[in-house]
Amino acid sequence: MSVVPADVVPGGALAVEAAAPGAAELAPRARLWPSLTAVYRAQLSRARVARIPLLFVATFQSVGIMIMMRGVVDTRGEAQSVVAGSSVVVVAYVALNLLAQYFGQLRASGGLDHYATLPVPPAAVVLGAAGAYASFTVPGTLVTAVFGCVLFGLPLTNLWILVAVIPLAGAALAGLGAAFGLLAPRPELATLLGQLGMSAALLLGVLPPDRMPEIVRLARDLLPSTYGVEAYARTFGGHPDWAFVAADLGVCAGVGVVSLAVAAWAYRRAAVR
Amino acid sequence: MCAVRGLTKTYPAVRARRGAPAAPEVRATDEVELAVRRGEIFGLLGPNGAGKSTLVRQLTGLLRPDAGSVEILGHDIVRHPERAARILAYLGQESTALDELTVSLAAETTGRLRGLEVRQARAERDAVLDELGLTPIAGRPLKKLSGGQRRLACFAAALVGRRSLLVLDEPTTGMDPVARRAVWAAVDRRRAEDGTTVLLVTHNVIEAETVLDRVAVLDRGRVIACDTPAGLKERVADEVRVELVWRERAPLEVPEVAALRERALEAGRRWTLRLAPEEARAVVATVTGGAAFAALDDFTLATPSLEDVYLALGGAARQGLVKA
Repeated sequence: MSVVPADVVPGGALAVEAAAPGAAELAPRARLWPSLTAVYRAQLSRARVARIPLLFVATFQSVGIMIMMRGVVDTRGEAQSVVAGSSVVVVAYVALNLLAQYFGQLRASGGLDHYATLPVPPAAVVLGAAGAYASFTVPGTLVTAVFGCVLFGLPLTNLWILVAVIPLAGAALAGLGAAFGLLAPRPELATLLGQLGMSAALLLGVLPPDRMPEIVRLARDLLPSTYGVEAYARTFGGHPDWAFVAADLGVCAGVGVVSLAVAAWAYRRAAVR
Repeated sequence: MCAVRGLTKTYPAVRARRGAPAAPEVRATDEVELAVRRGEIFGLLGPNGAGKSTLVRQLTGLLRPDAGSVEILGHDIVRHPERAARILAYLGQESTALDELTVSLAAETTGRLRGLEVRQARAERDAVLDELGLTPIAGRPLKKLSGGQRRLACFAAALVGRRSLLVLDEPTTGMDPVARRAVWAAVDRRRAEDGTTVLLVTHNVIEAETVLDRVAVLDRGRVIACDTPAGLKERVADEVRVELVWRERAPLEVPEVAALRERALEAGRRWTLRLAPEEARAVVATVTGGAAFAALDDFTLATPSLEDVYLALGGAARQGLVKA
């Protein structure tokens, strides 16, 4: 079907052999910010196709947990833990669990080849996807928080703190999710790690800490989602200690930076085998 | 343009685990040598498992070879695999990275990740979608499309952000004739306008014969021949392919038919024979008369195809190539 002989093509076989050999000019690399934006936008659009798992499941789960805990919880402090914990579980479910599954499957199916054969910085792919998954948690977290406050009779005044909690807890958990997904040798392991992380965030985040044994409380302190829960729970009081809130959020930010860096490294490693 | 020397890749043996049987060590590419010239459509033809995709993954910097060198437009891809993305566009067999995007966004995003500015990416996206007849389905997610349409959408994404080398791994799988024509027309246009080189992986013999300038035939990781399709077919020019399709079963009670059996490649009711022209005439005379004719459903007599070349060169897979 090809009608153009190779020899007459501009710069064709004959022409090139006559020319001096030298490395051809490379096409430019995609720069970090524009490619990060492009990945973020593309990932965000996936919510249109996969709306139910990405936006609704986590919310229903957290609302269900709060309704279940309504009969068990009796003090105000416990109610604060439950509402804050349930809200952050939405972030853990989507950013940690679903992102780990997404990258695990992408890696196993060869989908990473698409990005690996484009001149795009690894950080753009990882941060774009992590940012989009953190964004998917926004509606669910807000709905859960508002519903919880109404259900347990907590004030809605300091709900604005979610503007900081969602992106920072989102960065920490999405970073872990991306690292799990890209490091796990098999997609089932990525799913398992994501599920375990989510279960830990659920069990250790939602239940009030004062009833936990010492060893479990230590595990709770090691989990990055805990600091998101604590920061949010502190703001329910009449005079929140903002320094502690900031310190908690600082831990989330630190974990986020480290885990996203690990994920970007894992991506580079997974892309060329 | 693209020179490959001594390229070797061995997948290590896998020990048996629960639910997964052991696999021996596999030499996926074995001392492969290729020289692709600028502006040509160069094909890699072979049955499944011949090492075509492994070879292509090494050329695109996705897989590190154990030994050998790959040089594309003067750049050493083994030492600098990241440069491949700035020289070539690759269409792999998987679309999972794009599946949940719309056709339009898949093409635009790919263009942006190839370094285009927003306006340029959108303009190229519109032009490519229009060229391939994808504009009416531009707003639909790839996941909701048929296999052939999805493939065409991935091909569109590969064309946004021009590259001097296109590496296409079975691009027309599942496509209808209209879509196939659109693909080859788009390839030809880029070749005529920009001198684009195409490296095409295929197991489709008809496609290889009609589209390719030169073809390397791969078998078990080795290049067993490399020439123009016509040049390759000349090697078996003294042979004719006879295909016999029996109604229910072969009439083995006819002695001439029974004698043919050991030379035939059997696939159900279909026998394929490669014979010298005078032998073929005798066979046709036998099966079109007497008892054998009553059992015959159909027969064809054809000049050799690249499949016959593959078999004549000692290709191991008896029926790995597609003729459609």
